[in-house]
Amino acid sequence: MGSRLSDPDEGPGPLVTTKILIAGGFGVGKTTLVSAISEIRPLRTEESLSEQSTGVDDVSGVDRKTTTTVAMDFGRITFPDSLVLYLFGTPGQDRFWFMWDDLSYGALGAAVLVDTRRLADSFAAIDYFEQRGMPFLIAVNCFDGVERQRPGDVRIALDLDPHVPVVLCDARRRESVKQVLIALVEHLHGEPIEDHGEWSATVG
Amino acid sequence: MSPDGDRWFDREAGPVVRPYAVTRGRTRARTGQFDLISVVVATGVQPPDTVWLGPEQQHMLRLCRRPVAIADIASDIDLPLGVVRVLLCDLNDQGLVRVMSAPQYRKVPEHLLRRVLNGLKAL
Repeated sequence: MGSRLSDPDEGPGPLVTTKILIAGGFGVGKTTLVSAISEIRPLRTEESLSEQSTGVDDVSGVDRKTTTTVAMDFGRITFPDSLVLYLFGTPGQDRFWFMWDDLSYGALGAAVLVDTRRLADSFAAIDYFEQRGMPFLIAVNCFDGVERQRPGDVRIALDLDPHVPVVLCDARRRESVKQVLIALVEHLHGEPIEDHGEWSATVG
Repeated sequence: MSPDGDRWFDREAGPVVRPYAVTRGRTRARTGQFDLISVVVATGVQPPDTVWLGPEQQHMLRLCRRPVAIADIASDIDLPLGVVRVLLCDLNDQGLVRVMSAPQYRKVPEHLLRRVLNGLKAL
């Protein structure tokens, strides 16, 4: 069951909301991925930076600014019968870890977007989901100019558990993003997802 | 303030009113109940004369005439999530809105996964 609220006066049925996280390093293309499939341009909500984070916040160049906010971009897909799927991009910088528990609460699972030129940027997200037992898959962002990687190589490089799916995608393309989300939900459903890269061939 | 006088204040300076001023300094709400995708709807109850609502809460009540997720409310009214939670908590305590929180799953129910999967495939 998702978040559910019946409104007897209006609407056909209860509104059910659910969410998937889009994680990955700073600048890997999370907002691009959300934009590609969201019915709205990504919206933004903000949270004030906690005290424990302000100590390490880099305020060079903004020395008159005394508060900092962390922005969370999100998109929305409304399905028939009042089901709404939210896609939340996680903050890319490590100093915003305090937001992750909040974002993860009640999530179905996560897609970790990976740039093969900067694999290490995804380690923190992978560690987080492994430790919390949150199901996830790896989506390798193969945009123009990036040499195609074999999913098996990425799996080895990231030292993934065998059951974690690795798929290739182009975060700019709606059909490709759709396939990433389908693979994630099938993974959640317990269906075995083969490592494969044909999506990049069909959409890249 | 910059030495060139009146140009110190612009969009980059942020809000004129400190975000948590509208909550009278309160920074905590019951986070679990006020998750990003928790759904809020106005009950239709009119605020009693003894209850004063600020412009932010009046705006929220208008947004909640139909069921709406907290993330959408926060985005619409352009206030930090923590502030939105405190204000919604007040509205909830006053009986002006109902909140249905998103559950924390041990195992996501099969029927929900099926609905999401079918929805995605039909896109």
